[in-house]
Amino acid sequence: MTAIAGFSEMVTRNLRQSGIFAAFVLIVLLFSLLNSNFLSPGNLTNIVLQYSYILILAIGMVMVIVLGQIDLSVGSVVALTGAVAAVLVIRNGAPWWVGALAALAVGGLVGMWQGFWVAYVGIPGFIVTLAGMLLFRGMTYRVLDNVSLSPFGGTYYDVANGFSTNGWFGGYGVDVFTLVIFGLAVVGYAVSQWRTRMGRIAYQQVVESMPIFVAKIAVVAVVVMAFGYQLAQYRGLPNILILLAVLILAYSVITQRSVFGRHIYAIGGNLNAAQLSGVKVRKVTFWTFVNMGLLAGVAGVVFSSRMNGAQPSAGNMFELDAIAAAFIGGASTTGGVGRVTGAMTGALIMAVMSNGMQLMGVPQSIQQMVKGLVLLLAVAFDVWNKRRADAR
Amino acid sequence: MDHSDILEMRSITKTFPGVKALQDVSLTVRRGEIHAICGENGAGKSTLMKVLSGVYPHGTYDGAIVFEGEEVGFGSINDSEGRGIVIIHQELALVPYLSVAENIFLGNEVRGTGPLIDWNKANSEAAQLLARVGLAENPTTHVSQLGVGKQQLIEIAKALSKQVKLLILDEPTAALNDTDSEHLLGLLRHLKEQGITSIIISHKLNEIAEIADRTTIIRDGRTIETIDMADPDATQDRIIRGMVGRDLEHRYPERTPDIGEEVLRVEDWTVHHPTQADRVVIDRASFHVRAGEVVGIAGLMGAGRTELAMSVFGRSYGRGISGRIYKNGELIHVRDVDEAIGHGLAYATEDRKRYGLNLIEDIRRNISAAGLRRLARRGWVNANEEVKVAEEYRASLNIKAPTVMAVTGKLSGGNQQKVVLAKWLYTEPDVLILDEPTRGIDVGAKYEIYTIINKMVAAGKAVVVISSELPELLGICDRVYTLAFGRITGEVPVAQATQERLMELMTIERETAKDLAS
Repeated sequence: MTAIAGFSEMVTRNLRQSGIFAAFVLIVLLFSLLNSNFLSPGNLTNIVLQYSYILILAIGMVMVIVLGQIDLSVGSVVALTGAVAAVLVIRNGAPWWVGALAALAVGGLVGMWQGFWVAYVGIPGFIVTLAGMLLFRGMTYRVLDNVSLSPFGGTYYDVANGFSTNGWFGGYGVDVFTLVIFGLAVVGYAVSQWRTRMGRIAYQQVVESMPIFVAKIAVVAVVVMAFGYQLAQYRGLPNILILLAVLILAYSVITQRSVFGRHIYAIGGNLNAAQLSGVKVRKVTFWTFVNMGLLAGVAGVVFSSRMNGAQPSAGNMFELDAIAAAFIGGASTTGGVGRVTGAMTGALIMAVMSNGMQLMGVPQSIQQMVKGLVLLLAVAFDVWNKRRADAR
Repeated sequence: MDHSDILEMRSITKTFPGVKALQDVSLTVRRGEIHAICGENGAGKSTLMKVLSGVYPHGTYDGAIVFEGEEVGFGSINDSEGRGIVIIHQELALVPYLSVAENIFLGNEVRGTGPLIDWNKANSEAAQLLARVGLAENPTTHVSQLGVGKQQLIEIAKALSKQVKLLILDEPTAALNDTDSEHLLGLLRHLKEQGITSIIISHKLNEIAEIADRTTIIRDGRTIETIDMADPDATQDRIIRGMVGRDLEHRYPERTPDIGEEVLRVEDWTVHHPTQADRVVIDRASFHVRAGEVVGIAGLMGAGRTELAMSVFGRSYGRGISGRIYKNGELIHVRDVDEAIGHGLAYATEDRKRYGLNLIEDIRRNISAAGLRRLARRGWVNANEEVKVAEEYRASLNIKAPTVMAVTGKLSGGNQQKVVLAKWLYTEPDVLILDEPTRGIDVGAKYEIYTIINKMVAAGKAVVVISSELPELLGICDRVYTLAFGRITGEVPVAQATQERLMELMTIERETAKDLAS
C-alpha cells in the first residue's frame, strides 16, 4: 500500500525546513516592497556575485557542524588562499589556472593540517581552528608582505565577475542561452523528482498526492524561470552561478546519499555508537576538515577574483557568516543535524538581508544588529519547535 | 479518603495528541508504606509520576490529586518538592564536578547570615544526611569519584534535605550491582521506619516481592489492580500476568540445541587498561563458541565482562592487547571495528543510549548504521532499499513504532534494544555478542529478545550473552563461563550449573583466580 500525504501533513512534518523557507520568501517579499530595485535584473545578478563566497563556505561549514565540530579559521583561509593566488598571478605573472590550483592546494593543505590535529591528536575543532584563524591570518600578512596586490584582470577576474557563456545562442535584449540553461535545470529537477517519486512508490513509501506534487514542481519552475529571465535581461548567466549550482548539487547528494556523508551524521549524532558500528571516526573527521579547507580555497579564489586583488585583511569575519548560515538553516549546535539545502537557505537569507539593507542605505551598525537578531531568532524558533515536538 | 492514606490520585487521564497515555488511573498510597508500581515499558508509569510531580502541570491532565488530605495542583517540580514529594529519576541528576555537599544543597543552598553560602554549615549538615543514608564519604569529595550506587544514595540524601515525605524512585536498582541494591533496599526499609513513604518503580519482581507492602499494576495506561504483598496469592506470576495481560507460562522460550562446529575461539587474551598501562584488565582469557550455541559469560560488575567483549570486537577497549582469535579454525587479525564486522562479529552494547544508538536519528538510519556498506554501491546508499530493510526488521522484531522514521530517542527501552539488535542482525554476523541484552526492559520485551536469540542460533549463528542475571543465563544458555578479576574462572555446561555454583566461581578470591588462569 502506498500512502499519500496531504499538504498540511507535509508542512507540519517539515516545519523546520518549510519554516526557514517561508522566512526566506517573506524577507524577499519585504525587501521587494520596500525597494523597487531589489528584484531588478541588475541587483539579482549582484546578489549572486557578491555573496557567493558565503554559500560556498556554508556548504563546508554545515558538514563540519553536523560532525559536531566548528571551523573558525575559514575567513583567514579565504585570505591566505587568495593571497597565494595573487602572488603567483599578479606578482609572478603565472597563468590564472596556476593561481587557482595553488589556492585550492593551499586550502587542502590547511584542511589536512587542521584535520590532523582534530582527528588524530584529539584536540577540539574549536581550539584547532581558533589557532588556525591566527596562524593563517599571520601567514597572509607574510605572503603579501603587508600590502594589497591588484589587479588580477584577465580570466582570473572573470571567474567571479564574468558571463562567459553569454550570447552563445544570441537573443534580443534577453540572453537565450541563460533561458535554455534554466529551462534544462527545471526539466532536470522535474525528472529527478519524478524518479524519486516512482522509486518511493515502488518501495511502498509515503508520497505527496499528485496535485501537490505537480503544484510543487510548477511553483519551482515559475520561480526559477522568473529568476532566470531577470538574469537573462541583464548580462546573462554569471560563471559563478554555474559553479554554485554544481557545488550545491554535488554536496547535497554527497551528504544525503553517500556512505561518507551518512558517516558524518552518524558521528555527530553519537560518536561512540558510530565508532562501535564500524565508522572510521578519525578518517571521516580528517576528510571533513580537508573538504572544508578545499571549499575555503574555492571561496578564496572566488572572493579574490571578485575583489580583483588580495588584501591582508580579506575575509575577516567570513567564518561567522558561514556559521550563522548553517545554524539559521537548521543545523544543531550539538551536531548530527543539518542539511546543505538548509545552510544554503540560511546563507541566502544572510545575503538577501545584507543586500536589501545596503540598497536601502541602512547603516552598517544597524545591519550587524539585524543580522545578529535574525540568527538568535532562527535558533530560538528551532528550540521552540523541538520543544513542541517533544511535548507531543 | 482514609486518613491513613498520604496520597490519592483519582481517575487521572492524560492525553497527548493522538495518544491516551493514561486513562482513568487511580492510585492510593498509604502513609508509611513502600508502594511498588509495575508495568511494561510504555504502560504509563513514568507519565503518572510526571503528573504527580508537576512535570505535567495542573490543568494539562484530568482527574484529581489528593495529598495529605488536601487537593493539590502542582504547576512545577518546585511546587511538589515544596510539599515534600521528591522524585529520583533513573538517570541521576548530579553534577559530576561538584562535591557531594554542593550537590545535596544545589538549588537549596545553606546560607549564613548574609547572602553567602556557609560552607562549614553545609558540609556538616551534609555529613549528617550522609550518615542517615549510610554513606561513609567525605562531603567534599567530587561526585565523579563515586560509583553509581553511592550516587544513588546521594540523591536520597538530597531528597532528605528537602524534608521529603513521599519519595519516588524510578528504577533505582537498574544500574546497581547486588551489594549496592541490597543496601539501597535496606535503606528504604529504614526510611520507612522513620515514617517516609516510598513509591518504587521497578522491573525486578524479586526485589518488589522482597520490599513492597503493596503493588499497583499498570497496563496500557490503565490500573489493573493493587495487590497486597502480604496476601499469599501475591505471586510473581500474578504480577507478570497483570503486566502483560496474559499468562507467560515460561519466562524463557523453549529451544532444542543443535550445536555444530566451533565458530570463534579466543586464546590467551590479555588486555591492559587504556590509561593505566600496567593494570591488567583481562588476564589470559580463553573461550570458544560453536555454531547454534548460546554461551553465557557471568561475572560481577568490574570483573571485565564488557572489557573482554569490546577488546575482542575490534580492539574497542584497552591497550597492549595480546592473544589470538580464530574464526572457523583460522587465525584472524581484528584491528578495528570495521574488520571485526568484516569477519562476521557483532557486539550489541550494554549501554544502548551511550554506545548503541544515535538517539536523534530515526529507526531506519540506526538499523542501517553498521551494515551501510550492504546498502551501498560504489559508496552511494540506496535510500529506498534502506527503508525496505528497516521496515522488514520493524515487522520481524516487532518494534513498536508507527513508522521507521520515528526517532529512536523516543522509543521505550525494549524497543530501543530491538533496534540495536536489528542493526547487528543486518550485518549478517556469524558471532553475536550481546552485552546485557535485557537490562532495564520489561518481562514481555525480555521474552521477545530471548525468542530473537533462539531464532539466531536456529539459523546457525553463535551467540555470546553477557548478563548479571544468573537465572537469565541459566534459562537461555548452553554453556556458561564465569569471569572474576579479568580471568576465566570456570566453564559449566548449563545442565550442571546452578546459581550457587556460578556465584561461587564468580566470587573466587583474586589470588585463587590468578592460579586458575595460569
